[in-house]
Amino acid sequence: MMKADPREFSGIKNEKFEMSWLFENFELVAELTLNHALLSFFPIFLGFAVSVPLGWVANRWLPLRSWIIAGGSILYTIPSLPLFVIMPYLLGTRITDEINIIVALTIYALAILLRTVADAFAAVPTDAIEASRAIGYSSWNRFWKVEFPLAGPVLLAGLRVVSASTIALVSVGAIIGSANLGYLFTNGKQRDFLEEILIGIGASFLIAIVFDIVIVLVGRLLMPWSRRSAVVAQGPKLSASRAA
Amino acid sequence: MEFFIAAFQWLTDPANYATDSGSPLPIQDRVSEHLWYTFISVLIATLMALPLGLYIGHTGRGRQFVIGFTGAMRALPTLGLLMALFLIVGATVPFTQAAFVASIIALVILAIPSILAGGYAGVESVDPQTVDSGRAMGMTEMQILLRIEIPLSLPLIIAGIRAATVQVIATAVIASYISLGGLGTIIASGIGLNDNERILGGAILVTAVALVVDGFLAILQRLVTRRGSSQAKPTTRNGRRRTPVPSALAEPAVKERKIHVHSKS
Amino acid sequence: MIEFQSVTKRFPDGTYAVEDFSLVVPSRKVTVFVGSSGAGKTTLLRMINRMVNPTSGKVLIDGEDVATLNPVLLRRKIGYVLQATGLLPHRRITDNIASVPRLNGVPKKKALQDALTLLDTVGLDQSLADRYPDQLSGGQQQRVGVARALASNPNILLMDEPFGAVDPIVRLELQEEVNRLQRELHKTMVFVTHNIDEAFAIADQVVILRSGGVVAQVGTPAEILSNPADDFVSTFIGADKGKRTLHLKPGKNDVTLIVDDEGRPAGILGDKK
Repeated sequence: MMKADPREFSGIKNEKFEMSWLFENFELVAELTLNHALLSFFPIFLGFAVSVPLGWVANRWLPLRSWIIAGGSILYTIPSLPLFVIMPYLLGTRITDEINIIVALTIYALAILLRTVADAFAAVPTDAIEASRAIGYSSWNRFWKVEFPLAGPVLLAGLRVVSASTIALVSVGAIIGSANLGYLFTNGKQRDFLEEILIGIGASFLIAIVFDIVIVLVGRLLMPWSRRSAVVAQGPKLSASRAA
Repeated sequence: MEFFIAAFQWLTDPANYATDSGSPLPIQDRVSEHLWYTFISVLIATLMALPLGLYIGHTGRGRQFVIGFTGAMRALPTLGLLMALFLIVGATVPFTQAAFVASIIALVILAIPSILAGGYAGVESVDPQTVDSGRAMGMTEMQILLRIEIPLSLPLIIAGIRAATVQVIATAVIASYISLGGLGTIIASGIGLNDNERILGGAILVTAVALVVDGFLAILQRLVTRRGSSQAKPTTRNGRRRTPVPSALAEPAVKERKIHVHSKS
Repeated sequence: MIEFQSVTKRFPDGTYAVEDFSLVVPSRKVTVFVGSSGAGKTTLLRMINRMVNPTSGKVLIDGEDVATLNPVLLRRKIGYVLQATGLLPHRRITDNIASVPRLNGVPKKKALQDALTLLDTVGLDQSLADRYPDQLSGGQQQRVGVARALASNPNILLMDEPFGAVDPIVRLELQEEVNRLQRELHKTMVFVTHNIDEAFAIADQVVILRSGGVVAQVGTPAEILSNPADDFVSTFIGADKGKRTLHLKPGKNDVTLIVDDEGRPAGILGDKK
């Protein structure tokens, strides 16, 4: 157990970083990391799976759209710790059940994604939709072959945002006893052990990076054209007149 | 459901607002304390991040940095940041102030990305033709910024501040775990005392405060939306259609009505 | 008088917008740059008010190299009208028109008064004064753009495809307005368009450009029509398709038709005025 030495923090990185702690407690950290990743995965996946159809519907019926988005907006504004705390009362679970966290995080994921998804579908050029209707695609076909692929890049970007946010939020659950990387934060603070906290932050970033890479790769796989459309989305710039 | 009713009763019980009720009550003290911390943090963050965001939007330099930075910050665990800062600050500052200083630093850090993105997105959203014509008539760069870009960017700037404020309110709740004070202490004491009314009452109270503040800022955002800003309702004169999606949507970090830059707290 | 001396503009990616371009733009006359997209016409125009700086060569206004002048002050003395109007959407019409005088320090009241007068000059009703740009039609907005350009009474007026976004009937009206303004005000006007008919309608001097800013022909509309310099010019003005060669043909009711080479009517013969 290392007491934080003030001298170490005058610079950018301290020289006496204790890696031995990590090696000794590797199992614990790995277990927490895994659980953290799981707790992140479900809300992201569920949020995406629910928001895509909902967002598509919202885009079709405009009055519904404002309701759904307003609802999402309000839900998103609810602070995390209070929502984690309220969950057991709503769901009838015990306060230590991890299901509370999953449900709460799914709600947040939905809140962000609903807006993104509705916008993504709104951005699909109406010409493409009209053309496909003229060709004779059914609604189902049209959704899968035209709207979803064209909305894809924006959906992907939104998914990346939700992924990072969710992973970062999971740690708050440690306050109510969830076994995730947040434990390293509270424990590290209690034991006055900065390295433990930094390792927890590092592991959390690691999960975020891995999830992000996976999402991007899956996106590239499903949508080979997505790279080009991102460039096109930049729009024209009057470069010659920029602060000439 | 009876829990919620009990909690509501607890919230409306005048005894909890009496000035001699024991810590962490009375309620109004914690509310004002919480709002005060929020205000200071958002103010400092705005003073730091907004000019930078406006500059990056106007000159176009450093936009990759903004995008990368806000993306990375989104993945930062707020609890980790709080705890780390508490230890770092605690090593150099007496304990009684450590919680306050560490928390404010953490809150400022968390508020910066949204405000930065708001400033940048706001200026970016101004029609380049309008800026070009301003320059061509002989406005200096500063005049362009002040007379054209900022007035038309205000909605997005306010959106960024609004997102930051909501996040700060939420994070300050967590900060009560390092004895910052504020509304989180009500929930914490409720957990300690195993008092359901207090726990739920505290949670509902924080939520209500967040919603009210967000509501005010939403109204403010609407008030500053001028004609011709990217956020204004599309005009129907000449059947001119505005697409509902700005070109910056490729990065949802920079959204038209809501800045999702930050990690939720 | 505006003079281009061996002006070259090369963009960072290596393309040349214009190469070794020289021309004299006479004072108090309308000079029109015509050419297809990419001919460098807008680039040349924007070199006059230093929105674009040449890679080499000089642009002189009344003998002074614009590169030596303060760009901000220079631009306040030059009127600039662009296709998208560039009107400030969050300001009223009169505020828009009064923009440059206000920048020059003219008191607000006077500037707004003058703005009202300018509305008359460009043929707009004063009731539009307190409206916002998005409440006006495209043609009205363009007239406001012209009024704004005239507000500081500049000697030089630059117009970059100003009528490209309005419908053809309004476009003809606006061309007529330009002619009327020029008869009254005698500005040195440099006008860019890709429409040869528009050029012929308003120009004193027409400059036909090929891509890269290469001059295909310079002359009055009459000179160019009488004597196209080469095949490029012929094609460009439509001479090769017989549109420019017109004949008389008797029509009904004692009216003499004027028809092109294909027999398509272009007008009728009127009494000589």
